[in-house]
Amino acid sequence: MAALTLPLPAPMAARRRATAEPVLVRWLLIGVALAFLALFLLAPLAAVFTQAFRKGFQAYIAALTEPDALTAIRLTLLVAVIAVPANLVFGVSAAWAIAKFNFRGKAVLITLIDLPFAVSPVIAGLIYVLIFGLQGWLGPWLRDHDIQIIFAVPGIVLATIFVTFPFVARELIPLMQAQGKEEEEAARVLGASGWQIFWRVTLPNVKWGLLYGVILCNARAMGEFGAVSVVSGHVRGLTNTMPLHVEILYNEYNFAAAFAVASLLALLALVTLVLKSLVEWKARRQQGEVAVEFSGEQQS
Amino acid sequence: MSAAFLKTATLTWGAFWSTVSAPRVLASLRLSFGASFVAAVVNAVFGLLVAWVLVRYRFPGQRVVDALVDLPFALPTAVAGIALTAVYAGNGWIGSQLEPLGIKVAFTPLGVIVALIFIGLPFVVRTVQPVLEELEPELEEAAATLGANRLQTFTRVIFPAVGPALLTGFTLAFARAVGEYGSVIFIAGNMPMVSEIAPLLIITKLEQYDYTGATAIAVVMLVISFALLLLINLLQWWSGRRVGM
Repeated sequence: MAALTLPLPAPMAARRRATAEPVLVRWLLIGVALAFLALFLLAPLAAVFTQAFRKGFQAYIAALTEPDALTAIRLTLLVAVIAVPANLVFGVSAAWAIAKFNFRGKAVLITLIDLPFAVSPVIAGLIYVLIFGLQGWLGPWLRDHDIQIIFAVPGIVLATIFVTFPFVARELIPLMQAQGKEEEEAARVLGASGWQIFWRVTLPNVKWGLLYGVILCNARAMGEFGAVSVVSGHVRGLTNTMPLHVEILYNEYNFAAAFAVASLLALLALVTLVLKSLVEWKARRQQGEVAVEFSGEQQS
Repeated sequence: MSAAFLKTATLTWGAFWSTVSAPRVLASLRLSFGASFVAAVVNAVFGLLVAWVLVRYRFPGQRVVDALVDLPFALPTAVAGIALTAVYAGNGWIGSQLEPLGIKVAFTPLGVIVALIFIGLPFVVRTVQPVLEELEPELEEAAATLGANRLQTFTRVIFPAVGPALLTGFTLAFARAVGEYGSVIFIAGNMPMVSEIAPLLIITKLEQYDYTGATAIAVVMLVISFALLLLINLLQWWSGRRVGM
């Protein structure tokens, strides 16, 4: 990259570099790539908002303030409020264990963390039905104790935790592994306790990666459809999350309302993208600073 | 996981086979894996192009485009599903342009492919992009010095270097596509034997309280996916060894 910014003598700059494409090819490639993205990414995104406002602003507000929509919004927020902190704790402890310690079955644990990404969300939901459903392993016992998990809120929360589990852990593991144990060992030598090391050394070192994982985890938790659809039972106004509410409205040919609720989720996606870019930018800058400090040390 | 396998074990072999070899189930499995493969191939080609354009060129709005690539990760699949349907249906922006040409996208297997392209794209771009960024310019300069033209440099020097990452991206996009549900069911039309994907059939069976039938399909999907992933990993290992030599 640095080579590209070197000021070239005028006749050289006019001529094409041997390691660059002709201008025409370059713009053709950019054009094709942008057309592809417009066709597959931008068009659907724009469609959500135009469809949502097709019947006017009043209908839009009405669709969002209708009781069933409000319950769905509340339930989605509730699920995210439980699932994201839970995976924050699980993810940090799993990453911490994997990156900082050696133990038997580590490879198995790493594979298990990836499992929710590899399995279809529908199958993830199915597994919960097989375990907690009425005909499932724990079904009879749960029924006797009057606990309902499947077709109720706990099932939705559990399924969401399952599908969003990898986000935080996967983000942190490579980061923590790259940072190694030296700083923790130094803190230990200086007399810090386990918790102090964690709060003062480990956590600040991974904060951007952690935030990144949490943002993605939250987006998926609020938007999960397949797994939640299997375990929720679609009880309107009771176990419907926002994505499920969108589906119901859509299948009732109530398109404007479906897109109105969908536009909220699309807005969430846009906020997620902006936050994500910000975090990436911050993390890169921090890395850059560390690199500069490092090279400065070497030079002196 | 083990619950799924144990549940299938309660079926006799004959019952399992008759569930899985029913024409409707076979058709849905063929569609799920076939459409996922086509979508992953399209994504490999265009994902590489997008990654290339983002890494190598500078153009206005680049950072926005770069952020937008992650949209399929951030947008809930149900929203993506209804939005794609609105765009590609006969009265949609793009669907209405394709209709006179005799191309129907929504409510056909083509629609399934379109949805799977949408959700798989970032996997390819985000695995190829860092490798392209790390690529040493010296290699290309050496190729140019030795008289290679740009196309030769690309096919002989750049492509082999990003090949493994591209294959990984392809695998991730494919694996995600096979299991995808939310974005597909709206645009597919879900006609049995034609545009019904396997995950939907699992849900249909569940709604009929046919738990063992649903589990049998799930197990077949898991086994095929696992076998394919193993195959691709072997391929990767083999190509890695060849490059190493």
